[in-house]
Amino acid sequence: MNELPQQLVNGLLLGSMYGLVAIGYTMVYGIVQLINFAHGEIFMVGGFGALTVYLYVLPDGTSMWVALPLMLLGAIIVSVLTAIGAERFAYRPLRGAPRLAPLITAIGLSLALQQAVWAWYPGGEDSLNFPQIEGGPFEIGSVTIQTGDIFLFVVAPISMAILAYFVMRTRTGRGMQATAQDPDTAKLMGINTDRIIVIAFALGAAFAAVGAVAYGLKYGQVQFRMGFILGLKAFTAAVLGGIGNIYGAMIGGLALGIAETLATAYIADIPGMHQFGSQSWADVWAFVLLILVLLFRPQGLLGERVADRA
Amino acid sequence: MTALLEVEDLRVAYGKIQAVKGISFSVEAGQIVTLIGTNGAGKTTTLRTLSGLLKPVGGQIRFNGKSLKKVPAHQIVSMGLAHSPEGRHIFPRMTIEDNLLLGAFLRKDKSGIEQDVQRAYDLFPILGERRKQAAGTLSGGEQQMLAMGRALMSRPKLLMLDEPSMGLSPLMMQKIMATIAELKAQGTTILLVEQNAQAALSLADRGYVMEVGNIVLSGSGQELLHDESVRKAYLGED
Ligand SMILES: Nc1ncnc2c1ncn2[C@@H]1O[C@H](COP(=O)(O)OP(=O)(O)OP(=O)(O)O)[C@@H](O)[C@H]1O
Ligand SMILES: [Mg+2]
Repeated sequence: MNELPQQLVNGLLLGSMYGLVAIGYTMVYGIVQLINFAHGEIFMVGGFGALTVYLYVLPDGTSMWVALPLMLLGAIIVSVLTAIGAERFAYRPLRGAPRLAPLITAIGLSLALQQAVWAWYPGGEDSLNFPQIEGGPFEIGSVTIQTGDIFLFVVAPISMAILAYFVMRTRTGRGMQATAQDPDTAKLMGINTDRIIVIAFALGAAFAAVGAVAYGLKYGQVQFRMGFILGLKAFTAAVLGGIGNIYGAMIGGLALGIAETLATAYIADIPGMHQFGSQSWADVWAFVLLILVLLFRPQGLLGERVADRA
Repeated sequence: MTALLEVEDLRVAYGKIQAVKGISFSVEAGQIVTLIGTNGAGKTTTLRTLSGLLKPVGGQIRFNGKSLKKVPAHQIVSMGLAHSPEGRHIFPRMTIEDNLLLGAFLRKDKSGIEQDVQRAYDLFPILGERRKQAAGTLSGGEQQMLAMGRALMSRPKLLMLDEPSMGLSPLMMQKIMATIAELKAQGTTILLVEQNAQAALSLADRGYVMEVGNIVLSGSGQELLHDESVRKAYLGED
């Protein structure tokens, strides 16, 4: 039985991966009130982008320390292009249509992307091994960071800091906030809201791609369906934190990761619950949490609004 | 000399409902022009069309010699036309300072922007005191000041104000009207939509009276102020 600090760190690491993917849901929702259910697949194709760089672009036997930054770049390029294409050709034509239309499109797109990888990626019908970093595990005090998690440990906080800086401090970031809060008035300020929407899709995809590389390293494989459960979890994280709020996505991700890890670790200790502590129940606890949040705090943890006084 | 803004036979519809039915008016540089009229007359619709937020069904809009009909909304402000919308529409979850900076979104002159932020704080000291506060926490009147300050941040040639006195106390109302006069003195041209016809007409060089999508009367501010039908309909006299 692991002790609590170790479990908390495991939970934070898992949660930061959820958070990275959750950003895309929340950014797009915040700006166009669309739940981009294809976002899980935008995450998935990023994983394949990274793998492609490793398998088909770099020479055999390239050290992971050299390969990883390039794989990350490949992941980001593939995810971002997919997201921009989805926005341009699937969602933009439906802007102003009833809400159900883009939602159905998103689900269709999600299946299409899965099937495309399944059919056309060499060996894509099975799980493909993802290259691993050598060395580790790493000891920090009494806590162990697994080799596959070290990427998350380093990159997740950096990514979140970059995002926060971008949104709060840059001109485009301010334009993004304005567009989320009042799109018509944002136009009056001279903000090209169409461009902001593309940027939101692209940024969300870039963070999902970082998440996908983290996923490959953590679980050692990528697979055409990997975006389904992870996408749902990240969506849960976004709702948990308060959809539309980027800090909410991060916090929701971390909270979900911790809750899931602690549930898996400790629920079996509760008398009569021993059969519910296995890893396969972790997903169930994640979605139980989603349902509880929707019931008792539908606006999420940070979803409180400053009233727009009439 | 042609006018700064010329509107000709402008028609705007929401689906099948015609809200503006072919109006023509003009605004000369340096003037204050007011549009008054009953609720639902089409004043806000007119301003939103000038800003590009609504597409006209027909007619012409020429601003500073250029047609605005094909210009997307987000490019209008860079041509020198700023709009403080009805109901203020400040960005509630951003700070007062960020709201002002958004008004200067397309400007690149950092020092000029800083000066203008300071000018907004001089004009409305309460905004300076609260600069780091979320704009949504301001009172209605304070939000109105912010909306006006924000519109000025683009250094517009023509400032459109849609009911700047809405929900303000008489004192605040006077201050807003004095600010409008001051802006005119500094050379800003203003198109003012107001419910308070008395105040608007007293300030205005020219006024237009709208009723259900049409302009039914026009004249100098003083003429309209003394017009019998205007006094009856808008100044509450019988
Ligand atoms: N989004 C909309 N959809 C349909 N009809 C609208 C819409 N906005 C305004 N209208 C209608 O267009 C007409 C003109 O409205 P508008 O807001 O321009 O009037 P207004 O003169 O600004 O009135 P007020 O003084 O009350 O602000 C009204 O009949 C209104 O009901
Ligand atoms: Mg109006």
